[in-house]
Amino acid sequence: MAASAAALQTAAADDVMIQMVGVHKWYGQFHVLKEIDLTVYKGERIVICGPSGSGKSTLIRCVNRLEEHEKGKIIVDGIELTNDLKHIEQIRREVGMVFQHFNLFPHLTVMENCTLAPIWVRRMPKADADAVATKYLERVRIPEQANKYPGQLSGGQQQRVAIARSLCMNPKVMLFDEPTSALDPEMIKEVLDVMVGLAESGMTMLCVTHEMGFARTVANRVIFMDGGEIIEQNEPNEFFKNPRSDRTKLFLSQILHH
Amino acid sequence: MTASDQERYAPGKHPSLPPPVRTSGPIGWIRENLLSSPGNVLLTILSVAILLYIVPAFLQWALFEATWRGVTREPCTTPDGVDLEGACWTMVNARFEQFMYGFYPEGQRWRVDLAFLLQFGSFFALLIERVPGKKWTAIFLFLIYPIIGYALFHGGIFGLPVVETRLWGGLMLTLIIATVSITVSVPLGILLALGRRSNLPVIRVLCITFIEFVRAVPLITVLFMSSVMLPLFLPVGVSFDKLLRALVGFSLFAAAYMAEVVRGGLQAMPRGQYEGAMALGLGYWKMMGLIILPQALRIVIPGMVNTFIGLFKDTSLVSIIGLFDLLNIVQAGTRDAQWRGLANEGYLFAAVIYFMFCFAMSRYSISLERKLHTGYKR
Repeated sequence: MAASAAALQTAAADDVMIQMVGVHKWYGQFHVLKEIDLTVYKGERIVICGPSGSGKSTLIRCVNRLEEHEKGKIIVDGIELTNDLKHIEQIRREVGMVFQHFNLFPHLTVMENCTLAPIWVRRMPKADADAVATKYLERVRIPEQANKYPGQLSGGQQQRVAIARSLCMNPKVMLFDEPTSALDPEMIKEVLDVMVGLAESGMTMLCVTHEMGFARTVANRVIFMDGGEIIEQNEPNEFFKNPRSDRTKLFLSQILHH
Repeated sequence: MTASDQERYAPGKHPSLPPPVRTSGPIGWIRENLLSSPGNVLLTILSVAILLYIVPAFLQWALFEATWRGVTREPCTTPDGVDLEGACWTMVNARFEQFMYGFYPEGQRWRVDLAFLLQFGSFFALLIERVPGKKWTAIFLFLIYPIIGYALFHGGIFGLPVVETRLWGGLMLTLIIATVSITVSVPLGILLALGRRSNLPVIRVLCITFIEFVRAVPLITVLFMSSVMLPLFLPVGVSFDKLLRALVGFSLFAAAYMAEVVRGGLQAMPRGQYEGAMALGLGYWKMMGLIILPQALRIVIPGMVNTFIGLFKDTSLVSIIGLFDLLNIVQAGTRDAQWRGLANEGYLFAAVIYFMFCFAMSRYSISLERKLHTGYKR
């Protein structure tokens, strides 16, 4: 594909955040990622969409090695992902991730959830970590919940805490794995608002989501995946107006007309 | 109640009303639990009848007609030497000290009292939420106390005369075996459980082999092996204390069981918790120590306390390698010619003591579960 070839040429450039070259992955016999080439530049906001089972979650989970790729090369922030645990932990420190089911730690308060990694991974003094956490909890608009436990919050609030928790590590990239899919309709907006605010601040973002409105307003690039392959990618207006492949057209017609 | 009796409220104005009396309170409880069906009524009547038959007779024997005062057998018999109906507790009076301390020299028993005072004092300070200074108490209990405890029980340091372990016995020995093996088995069990789920094949196989081997063998065998076989493998001249060997056997045995209990908790943890921790850049030990184990251990409190209670009662098995724990020393007391025929009293006394400790553990675990589940469980 022309776009990925162009991306390869600029691989050495400083402004590349994530680079995937010829990445393959299998779940047992199932070939879930096929020859993925993807370059994400600093400050880019990419939305990945596609039918379920198309490999989009697996793709972003490979970026911080929650899934291991079996072939190809993934370079994040200049560090190649290999079996070297040091490199993996180094990359994870710089890559924030927000999950579909929040994955907050239920035995810790909201504040403790946010300060845990800065204190234990970044070795930040507790007072500083508290200050950082307060700042980001204000940014996601729930500073008043700091001393509650996740179980006492609504889904939307929990997801906003999860975003704040990732931001507290001051990451260079944020990965979103269907952040609104487990939420009640009433709560989707509050989470999307936070994500839009984050995008406006210049954060590099990689979002797997079905929120096409979000993709339209925020994304620089929309990627459509099916059957483990990147079928097409384009800037959002073109992507929604003139999808090139039939598979994309079918997908868009299904999710946009209901 | 007819429809007209009910008050009508505008939509959105309906207040929360109390439930009907018949379904709540003591009457509701009795109706629901004791008299809910004909079969249930029958069972209730039967149970009450059996209780009425057994309990008064038992209380009559154990309390009301029992002989309480004295340290000899005379008060329990008629002048002609025939035993009275009730229980004869003078045997326990006469042998109480021995039941508690075994053959520990009388002049030195203050050391045992002091050691247990320190142990249980700091232990309760740790358990009761209101008491401050948890960190220092924990450091004292787990790092400093073992040394003090050893010095007090065994002596040989600080100018205290040595009391050999063969003189230890009674409740004191039971408590020492139970506390040592419980304290050792928890960290060891956690490590074994983590090892069993490790990605490193050598560690995993070692842990699985150890756990499965120990669990497949009766505790008595472990004790026999540690007391009879272990010395065969040691170089000539090297010998370990019999009690120490029993302690090692108990601790390893308990650790294998504890490992499986902890593993249950680890497996109950959702994958998302691991992923959430990993995505933040936490390494293996920090992830386990800060995120996974605190939650997993909470889940397995009932199982762990179950193992503790089992272990506490299993301490009586040390009698087969010749140690005089509480049960064994009580049994020895009842074999004394002077107290012939008073086995019931002896065993009941031992049972009451075992019950006190096990019941206390069980109640504490229940209160701990409640405490830990408030706040974040809705």
